Amino acid sequence: MTQQSAVDERTTPAEATPSRPRRGAGRSGKDLMMALPWIAPALVLIFGVVLFPAAVMFYNSTRDISQSGIDRGPAGFANYQTLLDFGPIWGVLGRTFVWVIAVVVCTVLISLALAQLLNKAFPGRQLVRMAVIIPWAASVVMTTLVVYYGLDPFYGIINEALVQLGIIDTPYGWTKNAVSAFTWSIGIAVFVSLPFTTYTLLAGLQTLPADVFEAAKMDGAGRIRTYVSIVLPQLRSALAVAILINIINVFNSLPILKVMTGSIPGYDADTVMTLIFKYIQTEHKIDVASALSVVGFLIVLVIVAIYVRVVKPMKEV
Amino acid sequence: MTVTAPAPATDAAQPVVHAPRRRKFTADQVGAGTVVWRMIAGLVVLVVFVAPYAIMLVSSLKSKSEILQVPPTFIPTEWHPENYITMWSTPETPLVQNLISTIIIAVFATLLVLAVSLPAAYYTARFRFPGRLVFLFLVIVTQMLQPAVLTSGLFREFQFLGISDTWVAMILINAAFNLSFAVWIMHSFFAGVPKEIDEAAQLDGAGRFAVLFRINLPLVWPGIVTAIVFTFVSCWNEFAASLVILSTAGNQPLSVALTKFVGQYATSWQYVFGVSIVAIVPVVILFMLIEKRLVGGLTAGSVK
Repeated sequence: MTQQSAVDERTTPAEATPSRPRRGAGRSGKDLMMALPWIAPALVLIFGVVLFPAAVMFYNSTRDISQSGIDRGPAGFANYQTLLDFGPIWGVLGRTFVWVIAVVVCTVLISLALAQLLNKAFPGRQLVRMAVIIPWAASVVMTTLVVYYGLDPFYGIINEALVQLGIIDTPYGWTKNAVSAFTWSIGIAVFVSLPFTTYTLLAGLQTLPADVFEAAKMDGAGRIRTYVSIVLPQLRSALAVAILINIINVFNSLPILKVMTGSIPGYDADTVMTLIFKYIQTEHKIDVASALSVVGFLIVLVIVAIYVRVVKPMKEV
Repeated sequence: MTVTAPAPATDAAQPVVHAPRRRKFTADQVGAGTVVWRMIAGLVVLVVFVAPYAIMLVSSLKSKSEILQVPPTFIPTEWHPENYITMWSTPETPLVQNLISTIIIAVFATLLVLAVSLPAAYYTARFRFPGRLVFLFLVIVTQMLQPAVLTSGLFREFQFLGISDTWVAMILINAAFNLSFAVWIMHSFFAGVPKEIDEAAQLDGAGRFAVLFRINLPLVWPGIVTAIVFTFVSCWNEFAASLVILSTAGNQPLSVALTKFVGQYATSWQYVFGVSIVAIVPVVILFMLIEKRLVGGLTAGSVK
């Protein structure tokens, strides 16, 4: 798509503005000046509200900032040292990887099946497609709250249903225990990630030409064979986009764990993201929070870089 | 590759939404048995995806004593639709103000995104200029970042500027982080409009703004609607930055305010769910309106 538009633009300026011939050394500067009014507002927002705070964050991670927010001078790498000395940090980092990998893998596998189903003809398909959108549009906080309520050991409706179905004997305090609360959180995260992923894969499926399937059928390829050797390779770029965006979203996800595990004392259910917010909100250590944010930021960067390197998602786009 | 820029529409007045519906079912003449299996699978999916919100709706109509009853009831023994009126004066948080906050932040952030990304998308799709690729690269970078990871920096910046704990701060943050998607999706739609149309209009003496607003806009309208809906829904549900930036209860959006109910001695869950239903229904309807375009237009915006 970009290639297409790039070709268009190459010829556009000269033709589109025949009344303003521009040549010579000043031309490129002049072109930029012409463009500025159109892109400057976007630049201001990107620099002011995305890149500048990122720089502030890096800077603050090397400062000693009091709980009331006063900068008490340079701190070198003391804030990073604080993180290293913080006992649960390795557990938090490990849990972050479990969180991202578990959620993204489950999301992608279920979405592949869902997209396959929603791409097939059956009465009521439109209705099912609409239903799949709901968790996408609904606030993640609200979706999580209903599950949290349902898991209450006394009046929770999900607990009651599990008991009546005979899956458990007595209602269990899922949200009182770090491991079970974290596991349920993974489930919720998968649930709210499914719509976007499914729709992205569905978009990929719809670009498959039907005659390929007929050809495969004529060659005697079975269903699984057809899927693995024809459908999956074609889904490559859609899958790449879906996985990349999911990794970033899931790593940055805060509300699910905040609601589900926020009231559990200790750090046994924390990820990098929830720990950042504990440093900001409960401990008021903005300097250590900044250091951890920088770590988180670099983790995302590394994941994205490795991923782009290995999978080359842009190759066929 | 799945850019569904509006098919070079000669009839701009006709919204593309109602364009002939492609029933592109993959090549299959299948037996009735297969269709029944698909319907069963579809039903299971439907139930799973609707269930949490059905629980929400039903629970919002229970009395407080019933919602905290042990063991719980699935269907209310008595229905309390008046919850939808009484919930606004619950003591936990000023819900009316929270709703107003949510609306103001989402509406103004969406308008700001539109005002900022429309010209940028149009110009980068139509003209080449030095720095164009750098600009587009910057836009991609912001797509990879989210407010959550930058919250500590944002918090310090807005504190320094003296506008921490204001709607303005949240409008700016929401706008900045939703800009990239809007630019990309509109960029791909603008790129799909043949430039001959622009040239013809300019020969007729139309200025650049006239070309954008009178000629291009009607053609790329579907892309703009998609960008607006996505931005709006994302701002409507934003959580992480609001949690830290907005400290006054009355300034907070619903997403933050509702978390205050968690851990209360006797939570008014019926109100939590009543408010959730009120907040969810409009955005779900918005999303459903652009469902057709989710399939095609989405990857165009998110790929690059």
